[in-house]
Formats: sequence, C-alpha cells, structure tokens
Amino acid sequence: MLTAPLIIEYPFKRTTGPVIGAFMTGLRERILVGSRAADGRVIVPPAEFDPVTGEDLTEIVEVGPGAEVTTWAWVTEPHAKHPLDRPFAWALIKPDGADTPMLGAVDAGSIDAVHTGLRVVPRWADEREGRIEDLACWVPERTTPANVEYKRS
Amino acid sequence: MTAAASTPHSEGAPLAITLPASLQGVELVRSVRTPAQLDYQFTAGAATSRFLRGIAQKKILGERCPVCGKVYVPPRGACPRDGVPTSEQVELPHVGTVTSFCVVNVAFYGSSMELPYTSANILLDGSHLSLMHLIQEIPADQVRIGMRVEAVWVPDDELKPTLESIKWFRPTGEPDDVNVDIPGEDHGTGLGSWVGGVAPIDPRGTH
Ligand SMILES: [Zn+2]
Repeated sequence: MLTAPLIIEYPFKRTTGPVIGAFMTGLRERILVGSRAADGRVIVPPAEFDPVTGEDLTEIVEVGPGAEVTTWAWVTEPHAKHPLDRPFAWALIKPDGADTPMLGAVDAGSIDAVHTGLRVVPRWADEREGRIEDLACWVPERTTPANVEYKRS
Repeated sequence: MTAAASTPHSEGAPLAITLPASLQGVELVRSVRTPAQLDYQFTAGAATSRFLRGIAQKKILGERCPVCGKVYVPPRGACPRDGVPTSEQVELPHVGTVTSFCVVNVAFYGSSMELPYTSANILLDGSHLSLMHLIQEIPADQVRIGMRVEAVWVPDDELKPTLESIKWFRPTGEPDDVNVDIPGEDHGTGLGSWVGGVAPIDPRGTH
C-alpha cells in the first residue's frame, strides 16, 4: 500500500486587540508586561478583563525580567514541537512585580538544576516579530558555580 | 500612572490603554500568526493504492460494483450502496463532463495557482462518481456544467502515483453534454436546463 506524509495546516492570523497586542509588542521589544487588576494585582500575561469584577483592564505595567519558578515538571524526551530539543522543564514562572505565574520552558540542562523558587530570566529569540516564540525559553539567572547550592532536595 | 476611570467603551471605539514608558512610541503589534499544523502519515489503502499505481502508468482505473454495476473512481474498494467489494477493475477514458465547479478568487496560503482558477467535479465517461480536479486552458467565467473536458498529463517521465500526474482538465471542444447525471442526484432532474444559465423547473409545478 502507498503511504506519504500529509501536512494539514490552517494558517490562522488573529487580531490581538490592544491588551494582548501590548504583550506581543513587549515580547518583540524584549519587555514583559502585565495588566493591573482592580484589586491592584498584576496579571501576566495581561488580562483584558478583571477576573473578579469583569471590568476592562487598561493599565499595562512592565514586569520582570527576573522571575521565579513556582512549580515545574521535567520533560525527559522533548517531541518535535516542543520549544527545546533537549530535556527541559515546563514551569509556571512568576516575573518580578507580577502576582500570577505564566507557563514557560526552562532550559536548565539537568533536572537537578531546577527547583521551586529557582530564579530565571528570559532568553529572547534573535529574530522577534511579536509572538510568544519571541520568548525562546527561560534560563537560570546565574549559571556560575556560585549557584550550586540551588539543588533539588 | 493609573488609567482614566474605567467607563464602558462603545463598540468601535478603541480601548484607551496606558502603556509603560518602555513601550511608548513603538509600533504596536495588532495581529499574530497562529498556524495550526497537523502532521499525518497518509496511508492510501488497498483500493486507492491500486488507483494511484494506475495513475503512475497514465491509466485511470475505476472499480465496478458486481451488484449495481456502478463504476467508482477513485475507487474506495467497496460499493457504498451495496456494501460489497468492487471486484472488477475498469480502465476509464481520460474524457468526461463537468458536473459542478467552483471559481476560486481568493488566494490561500501554500497555493501556487494563479487567480482566478476553477476547481470542478468531473464525471469521466463510463463512471458513476465524479472526481475533483482543476479546469484550465479556458477563462474561469466560461466554465460550465455539462462542458466536455479531457485530462492533461505531466510528461511521461514525471508520472508518479499521485493525482498531480494529471495537471488539469481542459475543454475537448465537443458540444456540451446537457443530460449529464450528477452522481448522487438520483431524482433525475438532469442538468439540461442549467446549461446556458436557465434555472431548472420544479417538475411538480410548484416552482
Ligand atoms: Zn453497488
């Protein structure tokens, strides 16, 4: 029987609106932003509506770039569509100044290098156009031997 | 720092956003590409493999149902009406009749076709299932139901087991077949009254 590769692609383009657009613009400019909610919390990525009151959120604020891993899972065998081609951590990462974490990949090298509370910074893609892939992944804030005390217990 | 007191914004009016200093004055992103890609390994199945191997030899092979006698092309290996294998292979001529068509005026990603072009259902002579292919060598606005067309093949040394071995169909120049049956339209209205742009008449007289 005959077989052949078959790729089906839906080339969607989505308008962002001003709030998500600000987040995407920030990625292109290597800046992380969130939105300030009615209760003063900063939501990252920015939400268009207040999660409690439902009102429009219009104040975009800069956060990060430093951030903290709040929880994580180690990927031993990345698949083709993962952001990294070597083992990495999927993590919830809370940028400094934000009150909510966002999902990201951490290129930590080894499972032993990741722990809750790990300090990370973005690694930006060389070519950025205003999409989530502009934030290629996160990396530990310091990778010098001074960091060895951060061990998974 | 805080945005103006929140008031409901009317439809169409842009929401007033307060940006941090670092993003002021830069061109704002307004849209993102979000392609959804599905990677398959397509297995043609026994019947379609027989058909495609025929195509690679410049033959169009249909299969006949032993119960109702209908010839299906491309074959699926069984008759959908009778539920029996289509055991007899039938080599079909490379000419047929347009039973339906669509003029494409909108470019889509990944297509190299020049606009406008016509995609048509073509009922090959002696078959009872139309296959879909392109119509070329005639302006799109002159394509019509009932038009007689023939396959235009790639050069023999480029034949492969794919329907792309037929580049497109082109008019034969024969008179239109005004009585062509549309497969699946078993109520027998035919298409004669469609040819020339005249709408069909409801045989019950309630038109
Ligand atoms: Zn049958």
